[in-house]
Amino acid sequence: MADVVVEARGLSKRFGALTAVDRLDFTVRRGEIFGLVGPDGAGKTTTMRMLASVMLPDDGQIEIDGIDVLRHPERTKQHVSYMPQRFGLYEDLTVDENIRFYADLFEVPPQVWRSRADAMLTASDMTTFRARLAGQLSGGMKQKLGLICALVHTPGVLLLDEPTTGVDPVSRREFWEILYGLRGEGVAMVISTAYLDEAERCDRLALLHRGAMVHCDTPAGLKARMPGAMIEIMAADPRPLWEIVRTLPGVKEVLLVGTGVHAHVDDADRRLPEIEQAIGAAGVAASRIARVSPSIEDLFVALLELNGKRD
Amino acid sequence: MRLRRIKAIAVKEGLQIVRDPRSLMIALLLPLMQMFMFGYGVSLDVQRIPLCVLDNEASQQSRDLIGRFAASRYFSLVRALGGQRDIAPRLDDGTCRIVLVIPSDFSRSLNDTGAGRLQALLDGTDSNTANIAANYAKAVVSAFSISLQLETVQRKGGVPQSLTPVDVEARVWFNEELESRNFIVPGIVALVMAIVGAQLTSLTIAREWERGTMELLISTPVQPMELMIGKLLPYFCVGLADAAICLALAVFWFDVPFRGTVATLFFTTSLFLLVVLSIGYIVSVSIRSQVGASQIALLLTMLPTTLLSGFAFPIDQMPALVQGVTFLVSARYYILILKAVFLKGSGLTALALPILCLALYALVLVVLAARAFRKTLD
Repeated sequence: MADVVVEARGLSKRFGALTAVDRLDFTVRRGEIFGLVGPDGAGKTTTMRMLASVMLPDDGQIEIDGIDVLRHPERTKQHVSYMPQRFGLYEDLTVDENIRFYADLFEVPPQVWRSRADAMLTASDMTTFRARLAGQLSGGMKQKLGLICALVHTPGVLLLDEPTTGVDPVSRREFWEILYGLRGEGVAMVISTAYLDEAERCDRLALLHRGAMVHCDTPAGLKARMPGAMIEIMAADPRPLWEIVRTLPGVKEVLLVGTGVHAHVDDADRRLPEIEQAIGAAGVAASRIARVSPSIEDLFVALLELNGKRD
Repeated sequence: MRLRRIKAIAVKEGLQIVRDPRSLMIALLLPLMQMFMFGYGVSLDVQRIPLCVLDNEASQQSRDLIGRFAASRYFSLVRALGGQRDIAPRLDDGTCRIVLVIPSDFSRSLNDTGAGRLQALLDGTDSNTANIAANYAKAVVSAFSISLQLETVQRKGGVPQSLTPVDVEARVWFNEELESRNFIVPGIVALVMAIVGAQLTSLTIAREWERGTMELLISTPVQPMELMIGKLLPYFCVGLADAAICLALAVFWFDVPFRGTVATLFFTTSLFLLVVLSIGYIVSVSIRSQVGASQIALLLTMLPTTLLSGFAFPIDQMPALVQGVTFLVSARYYILILKAVFLKGSGLTALALPILCLALYALVLVVLAARAFRKTLD
């Protein structure tokens, strides 16, 4: 595959007795958004750090643009931009000074970075904040500034470690607009997230649990792997519903969602009328009962269960 | 190595220094305060040693002798004691450091046999002061006995002659008044520069770790050497400003004679600055917290500079092994140079050897500092 930009093979990292990342294999292609999804402690940040070559793996290999990262970490740094989970810019420097600093470190010609910075600041509504200290920006603007600094040198690979944590929904949407734009330009992106709705926006996903990859596929492909089906029952007060449905035969798991419950069942056609009947018999009000396509969260829980790794 | 990246880091660091007026004030006020603290606190001159006397005779001659002690600038007569049992308490509570005991037969034995005896009791807890006090006391007593002998000769109608046929007239060069301040203050300049210099850079890397900016920084193509040069440059400027403050205080406030050239002074000071800034940088690289780094840097600069540099304790009186260790203390060379430039007016040629040592030291440390930094989180 000629357009593979990032390739990890058998990637492992241990901290003492703890195996933070356990033999990961994956590839990321040009213009692909690759998501790392998993709960805290799944090894997302450690994987990101190894890809950014700020941390050395104990085992395995990484190639970026065909360059062996372990052998030539400094050469790959020219091609990679990394946004750490914790805000990494200088809060006592202004927006412009931060951008200029990173442009200088990557030796971007002045006219190139100036026009790129102008365009990106305009696109993200930040032109009026150019002289403001980065420490005085809102959370969303800080992340956008981080992205602008990361993009000032046109990287081939963009690594984003939970970039939208603590960012308001509007800024998150704007943030993703920028990422889609970059995808169009052929940038390979690896993004880690704890937001499962965000995971659905990725082209491909790796579900991580305790450092190991549970599944890796497109969001649709992952959904197809899920055995059984998902039934959504809406109600003003979902709590009694949850109590009833979880005891019924054929129901594997019931998740409380905002406006009702999601029941994971073995066979939707058979169980849907049974559930309807049980709710009616108990006299609990339910506004809607229907088969739905599972969310990533449903998927994650179900797939972990399938692998017998949940505890 | 790219100039553009070095400049970017130096500018960034400079902006951060300027934007943090509190720490900039500390960087410039600390040396000022330390110069005054050490300048007035450290003095090896012993003057006005508190003295008590127990005069068991109370004769004309014993009072003459006491008068001579009281008139000397080395002693200050605190009180006359009533009896033998008062001696120990006065030495214990620190009322005096020396007690002069004049026996009841002092003048009789002096006039009969020509030899009088005195007793001086000294507080030996500070042996240095006790030693000096004993010597001063001997000097006062011998001056007393010479004049006594002259009197006797005159009384007997003889012609007074010099009683010491050979007289040594010692002339002290370079520090004519033998003022300890003149050789202490250049040492203090070195001490303050060592402390402040290492403090300046001890925070620079640790701060990036603490604030979380390091992770991003090491993901860029910046090279350790570029990072080090870029980070040391602005602190070098602050350090030179500190040096100017210290040296100006030494000359204009503490009145230390300055006989050398400003150029020699700043050239050698730059070398020393490189050494201490590199020490601070290495500490900062190794210890990722600001508080820890600052304390280790203080320890690494202050202790060797006070104890092993010849600042206060003469190196040639140390055990051979310790003398060997002093060669590893950079301040040793800098203090030697400073004293020579200040008091002797020595130039580069006369100081070639210590300057070479200091330059070599700076080179080694700069290389170590550049290599100490690792671009990984592990």
